[in-house]
Amino acid sequence: MTDVRHEPGAEPGPRPVRLYGLPDSLGGKLWVWRYLILRRLTQFLVILLFFATAHWAWNLFGEPLISGNLSASSVVGLIPLADPFAVLQILFTRHVLATEVLIGAGIVLAFYALIGGRVFCSWVCPVNPVTDLAGWLRNKLGLSNALHLNRSLRYYVLVLALVLALVTGLAAFEWVSPIAMLHRELIFGIGMGLIGVAGIFLFDLMVLRHGWCGHLCPLGAFYSLVGRVAQVRIRFDERTCTKCGECIRVCPEPQVLNLNQAARRGLVTSGECTNCGRCVPVCPEASLSFDLRPLIQRHNQMSNHYSPRRTS
Amino acid sequence: MAQAAGGSRRAFLIRLVQGASLAASAGLVWTYVLRNQARATPFALRPPGAVPEAEFHALCIKCGQCVNACPYDTLRLATAWESMPIGSPYFRPREYPCLMCPDIPCKEACPTGALSADLEDIEDARMGLAVIDTENCLSWQGLRCEVCYLSCPVRGKAISLERRPGVDGGLARIVPWVHSAHCTGCGICENRCPTDEATIRVVDGSLVQGRMGAHYRLRAHDPAGLMVFDPPPEPPAVDRGVEGRVPGLDALNLGDWP
Repeated sequence: MTDVRHEPGAEPGPRPVRLYGLPDSLGGKLWVWRYLILRRLTQFLVILLFFATAHWAWNLFGEPLISGNLSASSVVGLIPLADPFAVLQILFTRHVLATEVLIGAGIVLAFYALIGGRVFCSWVCPVNPVTDLAGWLRNKLGLSNALHLNRSLRYYVLVLALVLALVTGLAAFEWVSPIAMLHRELIFGIGMGLIGVAGIFLFDLMVLRHGWCGHLCPLGAFYSLVGRVAQVRIRFDERTCTKCGECIRVCPEPQVLNLNQAARRGLVTSGECTNCGRCVPVCPEASLSFDLRPLIQRHNQMSNHYSPRRTS
Repeated sequence: MAQAAGGSRRAFLIRLVQGASLAASAGLVWTYVLRNQARATPFALRPPGAVPEAEFHALCIKCGQCVNACPYDTLRLATAWESMPIGSPYFRPREYPCLMCPDIPCKEACPTGALSADLEDIEDARMGLAVIDTENCLSWQGLRCEVCYLSCPVRGKAISLERRPGVDGGLARIVPWVHSAHCTGCGICENRCPTDEATIRVVDGSLVQGRMGAHYRLRAHDPAGLMVFDPPPEPPAVDRGVEGRVPGLDALNLGDWP
């Protein structure tokens, strides 16, 4: 039994390839940028909530709304939250942690395992706007990479961080993390941590496209591993796809859009997908969409009967 | 065929060694940075209940919940490249001392146990130890001051006033004396000290405290250490009543020598 549709790389789709064009109207543009706008809003809101609790005493039921920062926090003095990677590092230093922070890390871990590990990266992390700006600017300037790094390097950095935590007795990444520095200093007072962020910006702009988030960041690597079991994923409808490649052009982790593999599984499986939603609006055939993993199979089968084609 | 396999094995081994070397060198640089950070200062004053410094470095997740919980402007999180270990909470008493809230909200807020839950009474906190620069202390130089004694929240216990012989045979001096058994290291004395640079300062106790050794036999228990110098004259027999000593300058009027 041979099914050409299951070998999408072999030949182009049956329909002519249409390229994506940004709509002229403002409304159309805003609709295309909807996930981008939502992501920026979420990123801003996260910082605002922490900042306002620390400085303007925002509270609920007389308790601080969300006190702390992304490393660990407490929501209305009741629900603990904690960065599971930071907690893992501290556990590797062989110190006994209080139960509160362990519960907090469990909650956060469960949350990201559900909605996609690297949702943290593209929707919450304060470094994301910085590296996105660098990426946008480098596209405008037409800069090429000055360095090649393997995208798996981040997993080695992750392992190294844990080994060093074991050896030095310090949560190795937390002590040098530009993410933590930036976020902490935005909330608790600006200092030289911005230098580290400037370093990332320059590295991403001048040296390597998506250099930090896509190659080095061990926190992203950690959440990539968490994301393997994510339930919110990008559904890929192979039948409507014309292999135009627009999605791969905008994707910050283009290796996750392995369309052959995505065609077999009906979704983007890699944990390295950040669920940023860049690819969804630019697909001229609406072949990509956010969906829940258990529903993806059924939705892809339903679309066998009709092929929605957007006319732009 | 065998040669090809051997070649690939050799290539694999070389790759392995190269990778290990890269990891080792990156790890060394990383460790160097960490060690530098962690010993950035020998006397960061931590919030009450902080576990010993090495353990504190490991446990503190740098979330700043203690800073938010502090009702005053005492606690700060160190920013990058400050002289304090990055992201950790500390206070500088000369700028804002710890006001020793009885409910210890900073400790309550700590999610990791870096501020130990075992601390129940704020007077049991040991954030540091006040030490006096007797060469510049107004009282020790024969002037009347007593500000540290009067401002000390562990009144009369952490800092006492002691009578010392006068300078050059002049009037007797009333000098402040710190007792490590009661000093919490809150730093209010350092904050209030009227000299240009504080002459009473809170430092990490381990920087200034020695240990005698259990095998020495002392002739008399002498917590204030007064026998090191000339013993003070017998205090006049005054009935101090239930209240104990009278603070400050009033002591002079009442003849109530400490």
